[in-house]
Amino acid sequence: MSIEIRSVSKRFGTFTALDDISLEIPDGSLTAVLGPSGSGKSTLLRIVAGLERPDSGEVLLAGEDATRLTPQRRNVGFVFQHYAAFKHMTVRDNVAFALTIRKRPKQEIRDRVDELLDLVQLSGFADRYPSKLSGGQRQRMALARALAAKPRVLLLDEPFGALDARVRAELRDWLRRLHEEVHVTTVFVTHDQEEAMEVADRVAVLDHGQLEQVGAPAELYDSPASEFVLRFVGDAVRLGERLVRPHEVVLRRWPSDGAVEVEIERIAVLGADARVDLAEGGGARLTARLRRDDLEDLDLARGEIVWASAEPFRGLASAGDAEAGQALG
Amino acid sequence: MPRRLGLRVVALGYLTVILLAPLAMVFYRTFEHGLEPVWQALSDPYTLHAFQVTLIAAAIAVPLNTVFGVLCALAIVRRRFRGKGLLNAFIDLPLAVSPVVIGLALFLLYAPRGGWFGDWLSNHGFQVLFALPAIVLATIFVSVPFVAREVIPMLRELGNEQEQAAGTLGANRWQRFRLITLPSIRWAVIYGVILTTARCLGEYGAVAVVSGRIEGKTETATTRIDDLIQNFQTSGSYAIAVVLAVIAVLVLVLMTMTKPKEGAV
Repeated sequence: MSIEIRSVSKRFGTFTALDDISLEIPDGSLTAVLGPSGSGKSTLLRIVAGLERPDSGEVLLAGEDATRLTPQRRNVGFVFQHYAAFKHMTVRDNVAFALTIRKRPKQEIRDRVDELLDLVQLSGFADRYPSKLSGGQRQRMALARALAAKPRVLLLDEPFGALDARVRAELRDWLRRLHEEVHVTTVFVTHDQEEAMEVADRVAVLDHGQLEQVGAPAELYDSPASEFVLRFVGDAVRLGERLVRPHEVVLRRWPSDGAVEVEIERIAVLGADARVDLAEGGGARLTARLRRDDLEDLDLARGEIVWASAEPFRGLASAGDAEAGQALG
Repeated sequence: MPRRLGLRVVALGYLTVILLAPLAMVFYRTFEHGLEPVWQALSDPYTLHAFQVTLIAAAIAVPLNTVFGVLCALAIVRRRFRGKGLLNAFIDLPLAVSPVVIGLALFLLYAPRGGWFGDWLSNHGFQVLFALPAIVLATIFVSVPFVAREVIPMLRELGNEQEQAAGTLGANRWQRFRLITLPSIRWAVIYGVILTTARCLGEYGAVAVVSGRIEGKTETATTRIDDLIQNFQTSGSYAIAVVLAVIAVLVLVLMTMTKPKEGAV
């Protein structure tokens, strides 16, 4: 089911959490809402779920206005960062909750819960209490619980935020595969750009309650709409007047149009790539990332002077472009 | 003497002199001449009636204050409204004000002539003072705080994420309360109910002022102890005192048992 967010704004006292956000999430997609803390991303998700009311604007679920519906009538699955496990219920009762309150037949509930526990690999844990599960297991239980009533949308609020790095990587993979299996429209909120780029097929970047850019991960990386996006979804270095990705920097032994004269300060080989630290005449420093082959072809050494450019002239102009210029202050 | 042992001796010694000795004395005096006089004293019809009055008052006050306490705690923890601080402070009023003052206040309010409520009630043929209603009112008043005071910190610690999760899973307000909130705070509620019951059974000051203490009519267990002593019927008062003390000890044991153990759900 598609989600449509139409000029939604939300304030908490004097703090503007969301400022006129419009965003369409197509049916069946796996979308990440990415932003630093305080960017309003969780608020946006909670508004879609009905856990918060927007001050203005509308939320449409499958084309129907859901702005005034309570969470219980939206049929969305919601997964909380800290799991929100029902501590006084077993794993089975947790997962069965949505079906139990819908008074489904006992056998049907049992079968569905078994199927879900299987899906989240918790079959052997049905009779345990959440306090006896690890963080990753609790979050998988919360996912199964959210999926039980076949929600039209699955919303996850920093679902892996409270987990350690290894479990997080595992669950990312797993969420990706789950989405391929279940095909429910999924939106997850994260502050981790790697997580967003790796898991989602669309990413919406939020900053200070404003939508910066929406697109496929590669799109955000290759043609960021603002300096904020450029910096947030990957490394960025300043080359002359422009911001570019380190791997976009090209080094040559002769000057060319727009190339900047730099001195090589340090070369570090990192597997297939190499990192070259450079200093411009004015004292500004930048880092280039080169492939080992290219580095060897150039035969560079510390202290040598080369010319750095970025081709094919990607990146953002930091002067001249009004918006980016303003962002730079 | 090691320091820790010293501390223990002081604590235990203090409690023995202040708490245990008087209690032991009551037990000793009661059973001094065997069980027979105790049994006889307790089968006195007026004494039985006094227990009955106390139990009726408790049976009304405890459920009422349990429901009110839980609702109050929910309002204070979950809602934002004007006067919330005032409500929070008001709940503790019965603990801060002497029961005798509470009794006097009720007395004035329900006085048949000049009382705000008493005038109207007596015009319509209701007698509150010197009757069961006054005893019940006084008992309710003094036992207001306990359930709310136990439940409030529990609710704060619980947070509302579980309820929100239940909401997204399709639970309505009542289902969220019954299936999520109530089971999560059940130990606090039980603990509060036990404390409330103990307070109701032990109430003396306010009831003494408003009940009239009429033998076989408006005497409660506690006021009867006093009345019997005034009439030099000491064995009767000791016996009632022992029953109340035994109930108190049982309450303590029950509380220790119901307190959820460390790490349990």
